Amino acid sequence: MHLMDFIRTDAILADLKADSARAAIDEMVEALVKAKAVSAAERRKVVDAILKRERKGTTGFGNGVAIPHAKHESVKGVVATLARSAAGVEFAALDGQPVHLLFLLVSNPEKPEEHLKAMEHIFRSIKNDNLRRFMSQATTRQELVDLLREADEELG
Amino acid sequence: MTPGGVRTSHGVCVPAREVQVVNRQGIHARPATQFVQTANRFRCRVTVHKGNVKVNGKSIMDMMLLEAGQGTRLRIEADGEDAGPCLDALDQLMRDKFHED
Repeated sequence: MHLMDFIRTDAILADLKADSARAAIDEMVEALVKAKAVSAAERRKVVDAILKRERKGTTGFGNGVAIPHAKHESVKGVVATLARSAAGVEFAALDGQPVHLLFLLVSNPEKPEEHLKAMEHIFRSIKNDNLRRFMSQATTRQELVDLLREADEELG
Repeated sequence: MTPGGVRTSHGVCVPAREVQVVNRQGIHARPATQFVQTANRFRCRVTVHKGNVKVNGKSIMDMMLLEAGQGTRLRIEADGEDAGPCLDALDQLMRDKFHED
């Protein structure tokens, strides 16, 4: 599995407008809907599932990265998008820092292994300081796509 | 070597425990967070092994790299004065399926 296998290129947002966790999740799910990765009819339910998960514990894991996610039966396998915020999003992160890089994932509840694999890939990519920094500073979708491709090559 | 312990390269015996992931969803983000929070209640160093992969049991970032699905066997090593109670607590958390199933 590669990052580019489940991250929808056309849903990537290089300039996230939202400044709160709720608005960021809304904006990113909307991008997945526009990219036809999440059906418009399920948009509200997917957002609610992610917000519900977030209430159980923040996915702002530190270093300016958040990985909001939820399981939802309307998707096959795993779909995800990536967003970069120049101003930073208030995400109640574990280290108290604003979030500049967000990965949002929706996975099918019957595929826990695929979810774990996708999360492992994301965590491995953000553990790389250079990659994380470059992604946090990218200003266009193409830059982010190039960095994801690079991550896939490096991580194998 | 004491039961359940492993000898490190410098000959020191570190308490360890073999555990299995029993919850259906595996160690995804929330269980990983709970694992790390539990480990952080203790002062000992915690290392988690899955085959050849070895990670810091006090880091969520690290724990997510294990990709530990249901049925995965892990070895938890705890190095420090409170290693025993720490292993007990982590073992119990995993047996309790992270209170989620």
